[in-house]
Parts: sequence; C-alpha cells; structure tokens
Amino acid sequence: MENLIKIIKRDQPSRTIFFLTPVLAIFLTLVAGGLIFYILGFEPFEALKFFFIVPIADMYGFSELLLKATPLCLIAIGLSFCFKSNNWNIGAEGQLTFGAIVSGGVALLFYNQEGFYILPIVILAGAIGGMLYASIPAILKTYFNTNEILVSLMLVYVSKLILDYLVVGPWSNPEGFNFPETRQFSDSARLPLLAEGLRIHAGIFLALAAVVISWFIFYKTYLGFQMKVSGFSLKTAKYAGYKGKKMIILVFLISGACAGLAGVGEITGPIGQLHREVSPDYGFTAIIVAFLGRLNPVGIIFASLIVAITYLGAETAQIFMQIPKYTGQVFQGMILFFLLASDYLLFFKIKFIGSKK
Amino acid sequence: MTIDINFVGLIIASIMASSVPLILASCGELITERSGVLNLGVEGMMIIGAISGFALMTVTGNLFIAVIGAMLAGVLISTIFAFLTQTLITNHVATGLALTIFGIGISAMIGKNFVGIPGKEFPVLFGNLKDAIPFLSPILFGHSVVFYFAFALPFVTNYFLKKTKIGLIVRAVGDSPDSASNQGINVRLVRYLCILYGGAMCGLAGAYLSMIYTPQWIENMTGGRGWIALALVVFSTWNPIKILIGAMIFGGLTIVQFHMQAIGVRIPVQFLTALPYIVTIIVLVVISRDSRKIRLSTPSSLGKSFYKDN
Repeated sequence: MENLIKIIKRDQPSRTIFFLTPVLAIFLTLVAGGLIFYILGFEPFEALKFFFIVPIADMYGFSELLLKATPLCLIAIGLSFCFKSNNWNIGAEGQLTFGAIVSGGVALLFYNQEGFYILPIVILAGAIGGMLYASIPAILKTYFNTNEILVSLMLVYVSKLILDYLVVGPWSNPEGFNFPETRQFSDSARLPLLAEGLRIHAGIFLALAAVVISWFIFYKTYLGFQMKVSGFSLKTAKYAGYKGKKMIILVFLISGACAGLAGVGEITGPIGQLHREVSPDYGFTAIIVAFLGRLNPVGIIFASLIVAITYLGAETAQIFMQIPKYTGQVFQGMILFFLLASDYLLFFKIKFIGSKK
Repeated sequence: MTIDINFVGLIIASIMASSVPLILASCGELITERSGVLNLGVEGMMIIGAISGFALMTVTGNLFIAVIGAMLAGVLISTIFAFLTQTLITNHVATGLALTIFGIGISAMIGKNFVGIPGKEFPVLFGNLKDAIPFLSPILFGHSVVFYFAFALPFVTNYFLKKTKIGLIVRAVGDSPDSASNQGINVRLVRYLCILYGGAMCGLAGAYLSMIYTPQWIENMTGGRGWIALALVVFSTWNPIKILIGAMIFGGLTIVQFHMQAIGVRIPVQFLTALPYIVTIIVLVVISRDSRKIRLSTPSSLGKSFYKDN
C-alpha cells in the first residue's frame, strides 16, 4: 500500500488560491467557532446567528458595522505598506493613540471657537502625531539596527500611559467633576455625521481615499515596485540599488499617518472628546485585517467589514446569550491561524491518488 | 543615618521575586530561538499559563497539579504554533502574533468565572531560616520552589547549550539547518521540541504570576511582561547568564516604581509605570547599535522557515 495522498510543491504560488484561501479561512473559523460555542454549552447555530447576522440585520447595525470597519480599514491600509516591504510595524495601536492625543490637544485649543479651518487642522495634527510616533521605531531600525517589532510594541504601552496621564491630569475637564475625560470639542472640530440618528461619520471618506491612493501607489508607481521587491528579497533590493533606509522610514510614516487618522476619527466622530479608551485595540486587530485582505487595498475593504462583525457580534452575543465578549478576540486569532494555515495550499498541491497494491 | 541591612536584603529579595517570570519566559524563548524559531507568542502563552494555573488551583485545590497543568497548557498552545510554522511552513512573526491575540482572548473567556476569587497561599522553602542571618536570609530563604528553579535555570540552560550533545544539536539546527539536516538530524523534530519547551516555560512563568506573585486572576495580568521577556533575549545576545542580569534590572525597575509611589515622590504614576517599557527601548538601542556583534550572536536561521523536499 502506498500513501493515498501525495503532497507536491507547486512551481509557482497559485493566483486563484491566493484569493480563495481567505474565504476558506473564514469558513473554518465559523466551524471552529461553532465548536467552541458548543463546548461552552451554547446552541452553536443560534450563537453564530447572534454573532454574525443579528448585529447587522437593520440599518443601525449596518451603520455601526461601517463605523467599526472604518478605522480597521484605514490602519490596515497603512500597515500593508510596512508588511509588503518586510517591515514589522505592530505598534499601530500606539500610533493611533498618539495621533488621537495630538489632534485632541489641537482640538482643545479651539474648544470655544468655531470656524471652517479648525477641522482640517485637527485632522492634519492627527496624521502628524501618528507619523511622529511611527518615526521612532523607523529611525531606531534604520540608524541603530533596533528591532522594530519590540520598539513599536513597547511604544503602545507608553502612548496609553501618556493619554491616561493627560486625561486624568492637565487636560481633564475643569468642570468635569474629576472624570477622566477632557472638555467637549467645539462643533467645528467634529467630523460631520452622515445621517440623523446614526453614529457613522465622514471618517469613512478618509478610509476610502486611503484605499484609492494606496492602490495607485502599490500598482502604478516606482515606490510600489520597490516595496514589492524588498518584500520579496532584501538582497535583490540591495543589488538593484534601492535606498533601503529612505524606504523604511517612508513606509513607517505612511502607516503612522493612517493610524493617526484613525485616531482622529475615533475622537472627533461620535465621541467628541479625549478619554481613557480611545480604541478597543483597533491597531492590533488591523494586523489581521491587513493579512486577511492579502495586503491588497480592495481585499482590505472586505476584510475590514468581516473583522468588524466580530466586534459587533461579541457585543450582541453578550447581551442576548451571555456569551463572554472576549469571544471576539478568540475569533480574530482563529481567523489569522486558519488563514496562515491555508496558505499551505498556495505552495503545495495535495493530490489524491488511488491506492496501489 | 543608619541603613537597616535587613531592609536592603528584603528589597533585593523583592526585586528577585519580580524578575522570576521574566527569567522563566526568556530562558524558554532563548532555547526556541537558538533552534532558529522566533515565537512572538510569549505574551499569549504566559497568559494561558496564568489562567490555567489559577483555574486548576481553584478547581482541584492541588498546587502541584495546577503548576504542571499550567506548563502543559503552555505546551498545548505552543503546539498550534509549532504545527503551523514547522509543518505548514507559515511565517513566524504573523503566527506568533496570532498566538498572542488568541491567547489573550481565550484566557479572558476562561477567566470570566475566576475574577475576584482569592488565591491560595503557596508553600515556601526554608521558611524557618528566614531570620537566621541578617541581610542574606531574606534573599536566600523563604521562597517558593519556582523561585529557586528560576534562578537555577539560566545556569542549567547555559550548561545544556554549551556542554551537552543535545545542546549542540539545538545550536546546529538554529545556525545551519541545511548542514544539520545533511548530518541526519531531524530539523523539524528538534524545532518542534524546542517550541514546546518554550511553551512550558512561558506557562510556568504565567502560573508564577497568578499563583505566587499576585495570587489572583486579573484579565491581561501579564501586562506586557511577555514582550519584555522577548526583548531580554535580544538584550542577552542569546546568552542565558545575561538574561539573569537583564531580568534583575527590569525586576528592579518594577520595585523602584512601587517604592517611589509609596514614599510619595512627586512624579506622575503613569511615568513610573511607563519606565520599564522606555528602558527596554533604550537598552535595545544600546545593545543593537553594534550590528556586527548582534549578527555574530544571533542564531543564523532565526525566523526563517526550513523546508526539505522528500
């Protein structure tokens, strides 16, 4: 008897499978998720329904989905610049937080003023804040050979502590009875809401603009080509004479700007003030979105919508079925596991052959 | 002014106690990395160990079962990582991140029913000698068995890597998987075992936190210690003895922070809390600046997948 299954290495990664595996990964996540619900003692189909269908069944739910997908999409677009070129920026959460701090600080300067010029300044401040924060791991990596994974991650903790210090201390609302939050921003510093009664705001246009611009850069410019080559092989990139350091700093700045903008959206959109928790770990979840979307701008749109459901689903399932809300994170981890695992099919063909006697 | 030397001894002992989880996790990760595998899931494996240990202790009431169970939980969760990176040849960085996200989520899910339950007292060794010798007694005596194990581990790890045949095999696999494979060594098997060992040590580090150091379950209680442990491995330039020094420095920072708060130093508490993270970055910069030295001591195949055509 010989093996029934034979594994053959593909000469070239399959293009069809490249875009099919994310779908397979989502399917496997649903199966595994159902299994976990079953083990926890819930009716699996009922739980999955509350997790993935009920939250987006009405208009309000759908607008909430877009609200959560906006920062995920924006950050993931930025991260794809880094990941495509082999730079592991995993501190987007910190860049988001610092962007929110800087733009929030600027918005507070104008708290008792109105004017058309305020919002653009606030948005710009957020992008600059994110860029500044992302430049730290970039510069340390290029000039001091320091591991960008660890530095960008450590900075996440630091940024959250800076925010905490500011909203409790010097920036806390003088009339706020010592609540850990700042004054409300003036209306001119707020991103306009798109519809009455919904929380969805104009930040979604920032995300869509990022999608279009990044698509153009990836596929139509020399920079996009350089990033692709560097991601494929750093040696080749060096041989081709690319200025590696400049590119590393540039992709970090782009990615920091996107995360900073996501931070602006979080504080100038529905909330309108700085407080302790500006982001429910969007910066980390966006890493999964970037991979699930195959570092492709259009793919990232779909991926951000799918992953955003895990946020909403976790809330709904907690309210209706008392399923712990952390299930959302478990689902996010599983999606990435299954996605990485199904990448095996990209490089290997599994052939079923008849048994030989 | 007189300095109470017993008090100094107590402070040193508390610094050592807070460095235990870092030593355990770093020494585990060091073996994994020496075999050429970069596992960024340390934080996730630690938190799984923390909840498993605490949950088993509460349910069974048996401390031995709880500690062993936490280590097995670390092994179990690292098996996912090993299967993905070694059998399905996935990217080490992405898989490690997935492991951390998954670990934090699932620990919080399991831990929901264990919030607010008081822990049990963990037995200490040589408790009767606590006051025998001034200064030295608080440092040497009256600690848990995990404490003594942690301080022996760097020396054992060093001996293992430098003087034993299996240690040599691990290093060969990490430095040159192709030639190791040609010598008839099963690279994949060695890497599997090193990953599982790393998982066991991270599980133990987590159990120390939730069962001995602060005996209770708090969501996300590892608080970035897993990432600091990863940084310590770089800091040590993959030398277990230096892990001991690094872990003491970071343990010291944590303790200094407590004492400064206690005596009312007028520095914002957030700044003191941020100190270990900022110091980690500074230390990484200082160590990594010499790129030649880093290149010489880094396992050559670190983070690279190994695939052998049959």
